[in-house]
Amino acid sequence: MAADEHRRGEGGTDEVTALATPDRTVAAPRSGGASVLALRDAGLAYGSRTLWDGLDLDVAPGEFLAVLGPNGAGKTSLLKTVLGQQRLTSGTMSFLGRPVRRGHRRIGYIPQQRLMEAGTPLRARDMIAQGVTGHRWGVVPASRVERARVDRILDEVGASAFANAPVAELSGGEQQRTRVGQAIAADPALLLCDEPLISLDLRHQRGVTELIDRQRRQRDAAVLFVTHDVNPILDVVDRVLYIAGGRFRIGSPDEVLRADVLSELYGTPVDVVRTMGRIVIVGANDAAHEHHCGEVDPHAPASATVSDEGRL
Amino acid sequence: MDFLSTVFSFQDYGELLSIVQNSIWAGAVLGVVGGLIGPFVVARNMPFAVHGISELSFAGASASLLFGVNVVTGSLVGSVIAALLIGVLGSRARDRNSIIAVLMPFGLGLGILCLALYKGRAANKFGLLTGQIVSVDNPQLGMLIVISAIVVVTLLVIWRPLMFASVDPDVAAAAGVPVRTLAIVFMLALGLATAVSVQIVGALLVLSLLVTPAAAALRLTSHPVLVPVLSTVFAVTSVVGGILLALGGGLPISPYVTSISFAIWVVCRIVGWRKDRRGRDRIADRDDTAGGEPRLPVGPETKVGVTA
Repeated sequence: MAADEHRRGEGGTDEVTALATPDRTVAAPRSGGASVLALRDAGLAYGSRTLWDGLDLDVAPGEFLAVLGPNGAGKTSLLKTVLGQQRLTSGTMSFLGRPVRRGHRRIGYIPQQRLMEAGTPLRARDMIAQGVTGHRWGVVPASRVERARVDRILDEVGASAFANAPVAELSGGEQQRTRVGQAIAADPALLLCDEPLISLDLRHQRGVTELIDRQRRQRDAAVLFVTHDVNPILDVVDRVLYIAGGRFRIGSPDEVLRADVLSELYGTPVDVVRTMGRIVIVGANDAAHEHHCGEVDPHAPASATVSDEGRL
Repeated sequence: MDFLSTVFSFQDYGELLSIVQNSIWAGAVLGVVGGLIGPFVVARNMPFAVHGISELSFAGASASLLFGVNVVTGSLVGSVIAALLIGVLGSRARDRNSIIAVLMPFGLGLGILCLALYKGRAANKFGLLTGQIVSVDNPQLGMLIVISAIVVVTLLVIWRPLMFASVDPDVAAAAGVPVRTLAIVFMLALGLATAVSVQIVGALLVLSLLVTPAAAALRLTSHPVLVPVLSTVFAVTSVVGGILLALGGGLPISPYVTSISFAIWVVCRIVGWRKDRRGRDRIADRDDTAGGEPRLPVGPETKVGVTA
């Protein structure tokens, strides 16, 4: 096993995250010691291609874990296994102490931005209400308490101004805020975020990140944040799970996002440049990889690019 | 003048009205079914599926005409089989559309074959495709009401999870909503709704009952309660109005129903267009005023970088 195993002892992890605030540095469970999500020797393979295996991971309440790696490394597949839509090839995974099943009321899911189509019979308010009552059978109207809760969340995510606008009429940033509201409305123990910042402008990237960060601080929700670019969330990340080429590393951003660590992970020289508060990962064979605007793709050295992985 | 008096004739209206009383009731019930299921058909992007189901429903109905069994049963069997096939095989939109495109001409061809072999009254044949106003007898009305009630009750029970699963299947699945089961249940309900609608407006024109009213309502509002209410009002108006207008002349009911429902849609489109413009203005306003992040503190120099 080339992968670096995360030290498993409950409360015994000693990673230090320089970029996070001091009270969030300990990655181990804080309250009650029970982890929200626990993976033991977990592995996932498609046919002969192993995305990752031997993954031991405990996500504590209130912990912000970023899942990084190149396209096709298995980041989204990891989310799918947590959602029970994809079976582990080996090992076990439990959510709140129970084996994962198909979806769960205590999981809030924030997908990649997918603009709502015109003709969707919902307003921003109704989309957030779905987080509270969307699973409920029958047409009994929401109670006064539930409506008040929806109003509070609208306010929290800054959506009050467009609460009664049809969702299809909202801008991308506004829709994504509403999605965050929908996800936190169910008071989730775990927020699964699948590239929620993609195609948002800087201001909205920051806004959505802060909403997610505040949620986990206030309500102790764990966050599993899949992204190809760690920079927008660098300030709030506790730990990083970096998957590449069938292997992975877990640790604080400072421990993982280093030239020696990533070079070993990718099996090819990789440089990590820190500049102006940003981290840029420069791959060895950049020439072989197509980039936008000639800039360096943050986490995708060409040698590690693997094709074909569902929705990535 | 001659044309007009054929299209709109109100001779012996009171007498006719009493004969077709059952038809009017049936029309109203169908309006409710179409109005309630329509918003889901639109939200799930399934108008084409409705069309496909109705052609197989037509095949079932014409087969039962040929073999002399109950036409309603035949159209039910046809549309439920079609709905299940589409639901099970076509979970993704692209698969679904090609499956429908395969099923539809087959159903139509089968139906035409059965009708060609059928030696009975010609009006029966034509009616299956374009609707009819034959007086609905009591047992038929009873069956129609029972099936419609099943559809309506099912929809009301699964309303919220179905809407969640329709507009946002991934997020709904993550929250534990049984998205796949709901899809199959919905297809069954749609099959039943199509089968009963075929009885009145005919196989070719079912869309005017199951899609047009909802599409019109959605142009006016996105309110989750107002949409089904308006769409039901539109659908009932179209069917009942169509029957009342069609009474006098010897013409099929469908041109009346489709014209009314189309007219409603046009009006809604025009009203909705103005509403959209106001909506776009509001977005621009929000963007100007700091994009609706009132509660986010404006910190000092941020470390958040640009994406690659």
